[in-house]
Amino acid sequence: MRKFSILIKTLDSTNKTNLKVEALSNYFLQSSKKDMLWAIALMSHRRPKRPMTNKLLRQWASEESNLPQWLFEESYHIVGDLAETISLLITQDNSSHKISLTDCIEEIISLKDKSDEEKKKYILKRWKCFDNYERFVFNKILTGGFRIGISQKLMTRALSKALNIEEHIISHRLMGEWDPQSTTLEKLIINPDPKDQLSKPYPFYLAYPVDLDLFSKSDVGEWHIEHKWDGMRAQLIVRGGNFYLWSRGEDLITKSFPELKILSEQLPNGTVIDGELLPFKDGLIGDFNTLQKRIGKKNISKKDLHENPIIIMAYDILEIGGKDIREIALFERQKKLEAILQKYSTINSPIRLSKYMKFENWDQVKKERKSAGKKKSEGLMIKRKNSKYEVGRKKGNWWKWKSDPKTIDAVMTYAMRGHGRRTNLYTDYTFGLWNDGELVTFAKAYSGLTDKEIKEVDRFVKQNTINRFGPVRQVKPELVFEIGFEGVSLSSRHKSGVSVRFPRILRQRHDKKITDANSVEDLKKLLV
Amino acid sequence: MKLLEFTSNGIYCSKADVYLDPWRGVKKALITHGHSDHARWGSKSYITQTDNVPILKHRLGDISVTGKNYGDKFQINGVTFSFHPAGHVPGSSQIRVEYKGEVWVFTGDFKTQDDKISTPYEPVKCHTFITECTFGLPVYKWEEPKIVHEQINNWWAENKSNGVTSLLMGYSLGKIQRLLKNLDPEIGKIFTHGATEKMTEVLRAKLDFPKTSLVTRDTSKKEIEGNIVLAPPAVLGSVWARKLGITSSGYASGWMAIRGARRRRAVDRSFVLSDHADWDGLLSAIYSTECENVITTHGYTDIFARHLNGLGLNAVSEKTEYEQETPETENPK
Repeated sequence: MRKFSILIKTLDSTNKTNLKVEALSNYFLQSSKKDMLWAIALMSHRRPKRPMTNKLLRQWASEESNLPQWLFEESYHIVGDLAETISLLITQDNSSHKISLTDCIEEIISLKDKSDEEKKKYILKRWKCFDNYERFVFNKILTGGFRIGISQKLMTRALSKALNIEEHIISHRLMGEWDPQSTTLEKLIINPDPKDQLSKPYPFYLAYPVDLDLFSKSDVGEWHIEHKWDGMRAQLIVRGGNFYLWSRGEDLITKSFPELKILSEQLPNGTVIDGELLPFKDGLIGDFNTLQKRIGKKNISKKDLHENPIIIMAYDILEIGGKDIREIALFERQKKLEAILQKYSTINSPIRLSKYMKFENWDQVKKERKSAGKKKSEGLMIKRKNSKYEVGRKKGNWWKWKSDPKTIDAVMTYAMRGHGRRTNLYTDYTFGLWNDGELVTFAKAYSGLTDKEIKEVDRFVKQNTINRFGPVRQVKPELVFEIGFEGVSLSSRHKSGVSVRFPRILRQRHDKKITDANSVEDLKKLLV
Repeated sequence: MKLLEFTSNGIYCSKADVYLDPWRGVKKALITHGHSDHARWGSKSYITQTDNVPILKHRLGDISVTGKNYGDKFQINGVTFSFHPAGHVPGSSQIRVEYKGEVWVFTGDFKTQDDKISTPYEPVKCHTFITECTFGLPVYKWEEPKIVHEQINNWWAENKSNGVTSLLMGYSLGKIQRLLKNLDPEIGKIFTHGATEKMTEVLRAKLDFPKTSLVTRDTSKKEIEGNIVLAPPAVLGSVWARKLGITSSGYASGWMAIRGARRRRAVDRSFVLSDHADWDGLLSAIYSTECENVITTHGYTDIFARHLNGLGLNAVSEKTEYEQETPETENPK
């Protein structure tokens, strides 16, 4: 635990990528294989089940630090991180504590069946025996969300250095669902048994936002251009007679989409397809909202299947006959995908081919992008015809060119303190639109401003607070912002009666007064 | 009429017709210390503690200013005033105000730790205590300064052995000199930025500091390599800083106690070193004044006042224009 917390402290205290990788690979080289596996798990967001609620932790921490609950909560709001707040408020005693990362996590896991009293006793003991950073790391393991500025990419690079295995192989071996309790470093990374690999997905290849220079620099003929479907990215695997469906976040989502199971009977074994889950009914692609009704639902009823059926729009094939074909050129893969779908699927199969389009010049491409909304896509994908299927987000061969967002001018009405790097600054804003002479809340947004702009708005919030509700401040309606969003739909849950998807701040409209802001009526006009 | 009131110009004593740390120009201003949010330009005459006189003159230029020694009592219109050590920065004071047996104390900014360059804080008994509470939140608890200075010297020594130059930042009045005072000159040479060096020069009149060399246009990277450079926080990411060669950047501030603030600051190393009282320091100061009433002025004023009320004191918060609420407003001073 000591070593791991020193690692986290080191990673925290530098901004230089090379130093981070070095610290990580040194840690890997110096720790036991078990600790190493848990460290990898934690840093790739796999953590033991939470043994108690945050509410209990907050209660115990405020008791132990001798502070009234409200003061503990205020501190928490200002620090912006529960694990850190607790680590700052508890004082270390001089009990000894040497314990390995693995043993500590196993203790945490074993709390599951204990009573609250026993849990409390254990947690307090640990809190007091650790130093500040160990306590912070311990709390992070307890509360989850282990975000410490280490990307999967960085960790993979360090592992590659420590184990002398190529990065892309490590990425692949770390994919999917695995649990340090039931596997070993040996089985997972160093020497995996092919039999255990049946369900394992390939790392997704992700596109970069388009670089407009592309158009002047290259011939449109070099590119494979298709619509960017507005659904949920997924990888479909048919192996050994079984069918697995993985989300981009590496969750196994097979059970949520039972209508796709039939593909395991239709497609040959050893087939892996990359595509987009889309709502699809009566031959038409539906709205993202329809898909949202299905995402996250574990028990799918007949009604769901009937009302909101889903298909997969296939755009790439990564494995045929059990052979990894990610290295061959995209246009070759595309031909194979087309052939397989033609041979094995029928008109009723829940799978479609995402067709690429032929263009004479970039102007035609631009025109096509404009019509994306009508085709239920959110823009275009531009992929180099001879590109292989790479790992992660890489610049150069795959680009996404999203449609311009819809926009509206709204008034800031509330502000809340941010988290993490933006702790203690008012960065999360609520926006209102006019309705019968009143400002009605229609969206919250927190991205899109630069640090400097945030600082200015933060100052405004502090000087123009009308009311305080815990971490939230109601502010004088004065600032107007242009808000961008992807789609609008009617909603009974929102006061305005309308909900927008992925709202974000595009810019502050210094040139507009609040009376110039838009109304709910204006927003409704954007409903398709 | 209260002895001290909060007006749009600042904290006002109507009996004596003087202001304490006013934020606009007034006829007569009593000044606690030289930081720009407390010592503002534009008043006709200033009174401050003797050690603060050269600092004020350096900051505000040609002003009419009178100096008083710590503890010396002086009268204005029958109101008795005196300056008492606040331990915040060199020349910093609390101001004691007495009229007909009623005593008020205004802290300006203060800390209870001894920084080895400022006259250490002395509690002053009073009925009403007007206090800053920049760090009035229980998560702020300072380490012994000795430990922090050791961390800084170790960081410097390690950088030096890697051929890396250390760029250590802090605000110009107080923090930089406190850092300088505790650097180990055995490790290497100490360079400084022009903005901080001027203030250090002013303070050298009364205080001993290790030798420093100013970074000028003629200073070569080779000369600086492995040594330490002291500078105000504003230089981070500037052309000036890039010209120093390969550096490891360090920043010393109480705000660095919180991870989010550290990450926002984006320096290589942060050191938790503050010239303000921490949570325990604020509470112990309040108890040692034996006051009944507390007015919180800047920092987490509402939260701190609410907590004091819970402890049985009569506490309220007042709005002032001392800008200290967040790390972002902690500008180079």
